[in-house]
Amino acid sequence: MANTMQFDLVSPERSLASLQATEVQIPAAEGYMTAMPDHAPTITSLKPGVLRVVSDSGSQDYIVTGGFAEISGEATSVLAERAIPRDEFTADELTALVNDARKAQENAPDDAVEAATKLVADLVAVGDEIGISVR
Amino acid sequence: MPSLKDLKNRIESVKSTRKITKAMQMVAAAKLRRAQDAAEQARPYAERFNAVLSGLAQSVGGSDTAPRLLAGTGKDDVHLLVVMTAERGLCGGFNSSIARLAKTRADELLAAGKTVKIITVGKKGREILKRSHSDHFIDHVDLTEVKKIGYANAQDIAKDVLTRFDAEEFDVATIFFNRFQSVISQVPTEQQIIPAVFEEGEGVSALYDYEPSEEAILADLLPRGVATQIFAALLENAASEQGARMSAMDNATRNAGEMIDKLTIQFNRSRQAVITNELIEIISGAEAL
Repeated sequence: MANTMQFDLVSPERSLASLQATEVQIPAAEGYMTAMPDHAPTITSLKPGVLRVVSDSGSQDYIVTGGFAEISGEATSVLAERAIPRDEFTADELTALVNDARKAQENAPDDAVEAATKLVADLVAVGDEIGISVR
Repeated sequence: MPSLKDLKNRIESVKSTRKITKAMQMVAAAKLRRAQDAAEQARPYAERFNAVLSGLAQSVGGSDTAPRLLAGTGKDDVHLLVVMTAERGLCGGFNSSIARLAKTRADELLAAGKTVKIITVGKKGREILKRSHSDHFIDHVDLTEVKKIGYANAQDIAKDVLTRFDAEEFDVATIFFNRFQSVISQVPTEQQIIPAVFEEGEGVSALYDYEPSEEAILADLLPRGVATQIFAALLENAASEQGARMSAMDNATRNAGEMIDKLTIQFNRSRQAVITNELIEIISGAEAL
């Protein structure tokens, strides 16, 4: 069994990472999941959260907003709407994201209120997780 | 016959024009490289996205519960045309070729008794279409202030389009832009974005597990798909614009060079003629004495 798999992280504007990873922790819509080599082929959508990539040379965290992940035995691709390396993620950016989400929540039509509310809560939870508070 | 002074002035003015066009050409070349890079960087995302989306669309598409973005409204009475052009001119046939394609399409639709609504992106296209189709304008997106096109710009346009779709303002949406082929060739393209169309046969196999469910993911991805397609079109357009400007300015520079050569010959000939005339006058004056 191979102990690494190809991992790609791409956002609409550029490709952020492409490397051999041993495990990838994905903030999937129904909870965090960890993909390792020979995972069953899965496609899942993402919620805002922390994406952790572990490779032989250490681990790297990214903050992703929405998007989806495509997992197969040999490769994992994450297509994130926005992806920012953990080190570059600041309170200002989180605040901007949360404010956008709140605005969307206020203007959301009835059937989308629940989803918008969840988005705000998810974003705030991301902040708690990495120790950044929303201003 | 222009005087020597006139000729000299004209040569000077053409020379400064040449300097400007040469500078614009070089600026366009630098910008083109950046625009091409941006388009290149965005390609992996768009390709993966479309592969997954079309796989999903094929497995869910047939069912009655397919999302409206995929299945359409069941009518095609109202067409929305999103015409993407540049904010600036001096780029050859770039703007007019898109506008012409959009105009032809709009006239066809109107002749078939459909309603046409137009959103323009970039003011040049708006100026061209204003003459014939200003009654159909519903909105305009101004990107004058935008230095580098980002995904956020595409998202804004997509959001606007999707809001209008939800409000049932139109049934079919098509975007018009120039697809970048090379510096000398840009192809005006129309692409239907709502309802989404996919090429048959490609896409991932149905072996995947889907979480939460195929339908839920599809419903999540389709609006993003609209933004992705608009973003790809904006990037193609940006690269095409710079390519078109580069070759237009290259032509202009070459034409200016030819003109300078021609004017210089004319200038020298008339200078010689003036000298010959003066000599004749002096000689005949001396002979008369």
